[in-house]
Amino acid sequence: MNPTENKTFCASEIDASCRVPLLALFGGAALWLVAGLALGTAAVMTFHKPDMFADCPFLTFGRAQAAANDLLLYGFAMPAALGVMLWIFSRLSQSPLALPIVPVAAAHLWHLGVLIGTVAILTGESTGQTWLEYPRVAAVLLFAAFLLIAITAVATFGLRKARELFPSHWFLFAALLWFPWIYSTANLLLPFNHLPRGVVQPIIGWWFANNLIFVWLTLVGVGVAFYFLPKISGRPLTGYGYALFGFLTLVFFGSWVGIPQSAPVPAWLPTVSSVAAALAILPVLALALVVKKSACGAGVSCKGGPFCFIKFGMLGFVVSSVLYVSEFCPRYARVLDFTWFNFGVTQWQLLGFATMIFCGAIYEILPRVMEKDLPFPKLAKVSFFLLASGVLLYVLPLIIGGVEQGMKLHHANVPFAEASAVALKFLRISTTGQLLILLGALCLLLNIFVMTIHWKIGLLKQLIAAVTAPLESTEVKL
Amino acid sequence: MKTGVSIFTTAFVALGASWLSLVYAPFQQLGGAKQTIVLQSTDIYPLQRTGEATLGAQVYRANGCAACHSQQVRQRDVATEITLTDLGVHKPVDFADFVKSLSELPELALYKNSLNANLKDWNGGLPKTLWRGTDKDIAAEMADRLKSVGVKSETRIVATGVDIARGWGSRQSVAADYLYDTPVQLGSLRAGPDLANIGVRAPDVNWQLQHLYAPRSLVKNSTMPAFRYLFTVQKIGAQPAPEALVLPKEFEPADGFEVVPTAEAKELAAYLVSLKSNVPLYEAPFTPIIPTK
Ligand code: HEC
Repeated sequence: MNPTENKTFCASEIDASCRVPLLALFGGAALWLVAGLALGTAAVMTFHKPDMFADCPFLTFGRAQAAANDLLLYGFAMPAALGVMLWIFSRLSQSPLALPIVPVAAAHLWHLGVLIGTVAILTGESTGQTWLEYPRVAAVLLFAAFLLIAITAVATFGLRKARELFPSHWFLFAALLWFPWIYSTANLLLPFNHLPRGVVQPIIGWWFANNLIFVWLTLVGVGVAFYFLPKISGRPLTGYGYALFGFLTLVFFGSWVGIPQSAPVPAWLPTVSSVAAALAILPVLALALVVKKSACGAGVSCKGGPFCFIKFGMLGFVVSSVLYVSEFCPRYARVLDFTWFNFGVTQWQLLGFATMIFCGAIYEILPRVMEKDLPFPKLAKVSFFLLASGVLLYVLPLIIGGVEQGMKLHHANVPFAEASAVALKFLRISTTGQLLILLGALCLLLNIFVMTIHWKIGLLKQLIAAVTAPLESTEVKL
Repeated sequence: MKTGVSIFTTAFVALGASWLSLVYAPFQQLGGAKQTIVLQSTDIYPLQRTGEATLGAQVYRANGCAACHSQQVRQRDVATEITLTDLGVHKPVDFADFVKSLSELPELALYKNSLNANLKDWNGGLPKTLWRGTDKDIAAEMADRLKSVGVKSETRIVATGVDIARGWGSRQSVAADYLYDTPVQLGSLRAGPDLANIGVRAPDVNWQLQHLYAPRSLVKNSTMPAFRYLFTVQKIGAQPAPEALVLPKEFEPADGFEVVPTAEAKELAAYLVSLKSNVPLYEAPFTPIIPTK
């Protein structure tokens, strides 16, 4: 913790205003992260023992897998991002949260939505649209909760003293607009009304998935990293021009990616996406350069602390984005489409990038807003190594195995079963990685959970003290 | 990027452009899509599925089959293929010499090697694929020359590509194939084979049911999960139920019990056998093989 900061009365007041909303957002998020990882691990067990859930409809691969992915995204990444975002907005505005009660309500709505959605998928009520599986009630709850938080963030932004805007502002601000737009478009057109017929459905689905997982996660992940990198290293962000260039190219080119090269749609759509994907390399490189300039040689020894999380997360961002973009190169797509490769890349974006950044941010923020050290600081550091090694052990085999599977599938005389068997070998290793990630997530959950309990006990004690305190003479007079 | 408004405007314009092109434009272009006509016929395509199969699509959705199965055939090219059906007065050996002389012609020089390779180990069996290529004029020229020496051949349009070579379809999937699907379940991972034409490959409902109940009773080492929860195991009544599955010994339930499909399983099987996209369309042509009677 940075001691100079805590001395100023303002910082601690800002932090205190975030305490309740952030606890609500982060606590639920950590719980969903553990649940999602556990469910995901259960799902792949199917490949090791295909009859495992033959009598259990709730855990059948198709359901458990979808529910697990949604938990990682809607359960963890989004509420964690929203919490971190609120805190950054109030810190950058040097003002306490504008409407602190609103995000608390929003957090509960959000988590309720995730719960309903997960139960719906597991009981077979999924909408069947990738990343939009949650049924109407859940989607409405998520949407409303997001709007509430966005309103709080914008209101806090309006309270700022300095007129200057930082790179974090651009990214986070754009993210606030992005999600409501894409989520409402996709939900209104697809699961709610099933307006478009035929392949227009997957086209909108791909547009949504790309704008959520590539663009939105990049906006918030990079926005958060650009706040913490200079903060922790104590040096200003270097490469303002590159950051601006990265932001503009990301929103203008990144949002056109997403249509697979082999999609059964009019040919102009995949072509547009493929050109956009080639251009989307630009923001990735520009943002990578800013991170490199700002983080390398900062002389911060993090040893598993938040700085490590952010650096590893940004590394994950660069590599996973480059791999993601390559999926849209027609030459590679012929081999890679429909293999574990694409799945592995998505998991890297979710776990290796977003989850790492937000975990780091949570570990950094939590002690400040609670005005208390983490209950298990060692576990927090251990969780970095668990998560980092787990992510690599999880996604690298999927990616390498996917390439090998794709090359085998690409030769018609290699039997299908042989190509799948190759992937299976790699899947074994990746399951080990999943278990490590799960352990890492448990460390995070434990820290947040114990911290919350301490805080509640503290509140209770205060309450008891207030009730049992002897009446003051002034009050007697009244 | 000096004010909140300017960030907002930038993001709005960027996302708006992408929305217009990837959401609004496809909606306009394809949203009003109608049935089309099957190539060289008056048949309408696609037809609505039967009621049972339509319900089955929802069982497919609810159980997330699309997590492991795609429903989309890809193709590389459309080629023209010349198949010999009758050599007339010729013997295979001197016919091969004739083809050799053909391949010396300048316009066929490009195909010399492939022509010779095609005939190299030929034992004279018919029908025999002589040539495959994308150039229609060359194909016409070759067919003419064959005809002029009294050799009968058939010229067919074929789609090529790995998916097609695997037997997953006769042509690529196109937008029209999904007209009546809601939700459209293209899938993104092929942990199992493509199912766009499973109704052509495995049209037997009983096979489908047994495969769902116990995949490994039909495909050794299959990694497809069993969907036993779509079936009920019940005591055999006075007479065995007519729809009870006939299973190999090691997959049978305990003595005196039988396995009957639930309504969901039957709907799902009806849906699977309804999955066929094997008719030629304007945007995906091929010459269907008409089985010889
Ligand atoms: C965990 C992945 C997985 C899931 C989930 C899955 N399958 Fe499969 N499926 C496979 C594999 C692997 C094969 C190939 C081996 C075999 O034929 O059993 C296969 C084969 C098939 C086949 C035969 C294909 C052929 O070409 O012979 C059909 C039909 C099928 N699955 C239908 C379904 C249906 C319906 C569902 C949903 C209820 C489903 N599958 C869910 C993995 C899966």
